[in-house]
Amino acid sequence: MSWIVQNLWLIPVLPVVAAGLTAIAPQRKRVYACSLAIGSMVLSFLLSAVALVHVFGLTGGGTESRELFKFRGFQLGSEWLQLGWVLDPLTAVMLAMVTFVGTLIFIYSVGYMAHDENFTRFFCFLSLFAGAMLGVVISNSLLLLFMCWELVGLTSYLLIGFWYHKPSAAAAAKKAFITTRIGDMAFLIGMVWLYAQSGTLLFYNGGAGCMEHSALAAMVVQTTSFGMAVSTAIAVLIFCGAAGKSGQVPLHVWLPDAMEGPTPVSALIHAATMVAAGVFLVARVYPLMSASPLLLSSGLVAPTTALKVVTWIGAITAIFAASIAVAQDDIKRILAYSTVSQLGYMMLGLGVGGVAVGMFHLITHAFFKALLFMGAGSVIHGCHEEQDVRRMGGLRKWMPVTFATYAVGTLALCGFPLLFSGFWSKDDILHAAHGWSVSQIPFYLGLLGALLTAFYMTRQVFYVFFGESRLNAHDSTHSGHDIVPHESPSVMTTPLVVLAACSVLLGFIGTPAWHVFHAFVSGERISVDFGRFGENGILPVMLASTVMVFLGLGLGWWLYGRKPIVNADAPDVLATIQPQMFRVLQNKFYIDELYEATIIRWNEFAANMSAWLDQYIWAGGVKSVSLAVIGLAWFNRTVDAKVVNAGFDAGCEGASWGARILSHLQTGRVQAYLRVIGIALVVFVLFLVWGSKG
Amino acid sequence: MTLTSYLVLSALLFSVGLAGALTRKNAILVLVGIELMLNAANLNFIAFWRYGPNPELLTGILFTIFSIGVAAAEAAVGLAMIIAIYRHYKTTNLDHIDSMKG
Repeated sequence: MSWIVQNLWLIPVLPVVAAGLTAIAPQRKRVYACSLAIGSMVLSFLLSAVALVHVFGLTGGGTESRELFKFRGFQLGSEWLQLGWVLDPLTAVMLAMVTFVGTLIFIYSVGYMAHDENFTRFFCFLSLFAGAMLGVVISNSLLLLFMCWELVGLTSYLLIGFWYHKPSAAAAAKKAFITTRIGDMAFLIGMVWLYAQSGTLLFYNGGAGCMEHSALAAMVVQTTSFGMAVSTAIAVLIFCGAAGKSGQVPLHVWLPDAMEGPTPVSALIHAATMVAAGVFLVARVYPLMSASPLLLSSGLVAPTTALKVVTWIGAITAIFAASIAVAQDDIKRILAYSTVSQLGYMMLGLGVGGVAVGMFHLITHAFFKALLFMGAGSVIHGCHEEQDVRRMGGLRKWMPVTFATYAVGTLALCGFPLLFSGFWSKDDILHAAHGWSVSQIPFYLGLLGALLTAFYMTRQVFYVFFGESRLNAHDSTHSGHDIVPHESPSVMTTPLVVLAACSVLLGFIGTPAWHVFHAFVSGERISVDFGRFGENGILPVMLASTVMVFLGLGLGWWLYGRKPIVNADAPDVLATIQPQMFRVLQNKFYIDELYEATIIRWNEFAANMSAWLDQYIWAGGVKSVSLAVIGLAWFNRTVDAKVVNAGFDAGCEGASWGARILSHLQTGRVQAYLRVIGIALVVFVLFLVWGSKG
Repeated sequence: MTLTSYLVLSALLFSVGLAGALTRKNAILVLVGIELMLNAANLNFIAFWRYGPNPELLTGILFTIFSIGVAAAEAAVGLAMIIAIYRHYKTTNLDHIDSMKG
């Protein structure tokens, strides 16, 4: 076993150690905190690069490479639960992406959080997140993955609520935590079920793992009481967890609210890495998702029920979130809905096209969406914490670097033909959807989504960067000194430039002619063949998506770019054309209100019910007992007063005098009592020790 | 690793918790100290189970899981009480909460 496989654990552990060291450092050690975090991340990145090169060297010959390391985790009864990590192409590309994007975002955060007093705490959480995420990526055991998965959820909660003094941030953190927990509950059930069925939670274990042939073959033939194969039921349950983490409908509500966190967090966690963990999970358990009796016996690929669920949820999420993004005004919220929509695309790609298709979009999206979020952070920073796109405008004059990189990110997200990575990865998904044997509807939903994506991004860019600055318009609070936007420091713009370069270049490893990425992930031989452009409908699909992109860009320009927007308070152009539809979109299809009216109301009802039960039923019992005791006491008092009182009075005087002295011992301070108990304990132990000796 | 080393560790943990519970004036930190003491007890359960006569039975681990569950419930109740006390007295300093004195 090679050195890198044995020491793969170092990659997640380094950032965790950095987080631990930062956690015990005092708050004022700013340089120490950020250099430790960035240093550990750079080391992890170097190790990941070694791992990537190692795996690439193994797969170059066109064989599938998968190296394992396993160890005995802990003992339950007579059984040992095995844990371990795996190094295969999927792990290697995710490791490289997470550490690379992570490093850039860490560097960017130094500039963005420079004025925050909790700088040290921020880097502690960020490092912990990076470690947990890398743990998710390398683990070869569903249990280990689940542990890291929950850690990732915890850091997400901590970072969304980083500015916890803002009530909206605290509420958003809670919402994110609880919503993902609903998905994770299903995930946990699926995991336990999987363990009960296959007796192992290792994905791969030389033929005995739960993602390998023998375990899958046992699971596809068994049926549950609903007539569904056990493998399907488990796969769908695990997908629920993935849907929660990746913000798929109907569990998407937390992701836009998560934008309350600092912008580097939105870029790293809620755009590039953590939300992609759900997609990664589906890719990781893909053998289970795609397991059908036909596939296992004859190797024929057929759409399984689990993959159909993934596809439909993905397609619906893609179009649903894209349409909401059209009507939002907060620069980060637009990007958040765009993220949800793109995650839908990835799920769609996994469902119809397999691991490579979905993962390619995941990787390219991570780069350009991190770029867009960091660009948005730069804009917010430059405009003095203004997030409403209607109040921006004309920024391309003041922030040229941000504008240029943002434009690259936008074109990559829209899927602008040929030059940008988003085009190749999105086209891959659309092509796979076009060839799906079950239904053509996901393909058309995807095309429509591409149009909407181009449209809302154009709208945003015109609002933010073109026209005249509207920062100072109608702002009576700032009378006197005007706000002048400024470009961000180079510690923030340099990562933007690097990411912009990646957003362009990455596309070329996934073109149909030279698909390095797909060959690498699925273990095929890499070759150059321009003839593949002509194969089964690639060109028509490309043409269709190109037309959609240009249509979206043109529509955006026609509505928002043709006449510069002057008045910040003027209603949106769409709002004047279609006021009712715009209002529905602006209110996100009233999903939050729907949940408020159903689930939360029900929960409140249950709570009130419990309170009522407590107050009237249980308390009634307690009250009746106490009434009985009072009655008894009254009887006692009567007897006492009438019969035994007189004789004791004198004695009582003395006793009460003593008690008054003693009552000073009762200070009412809990800790004083505890101290006496502690001293008594020590005396007692000493007594025992000496007693046993003597 | 022997039984004694685990017991020493748990005794240390208990002492740290007790010291915290005795010296801290903030009710929440006292609660933290109590949690530490509870976990020392949990460590003892596990240690005595592993080195006891029947390590193959799951008694120790189950007992500990229950104990952790109860501790979680206790923490929830404790924090809720601290919030209620805070609302009443506007402080969590235990030295100022002495209306039970004789």
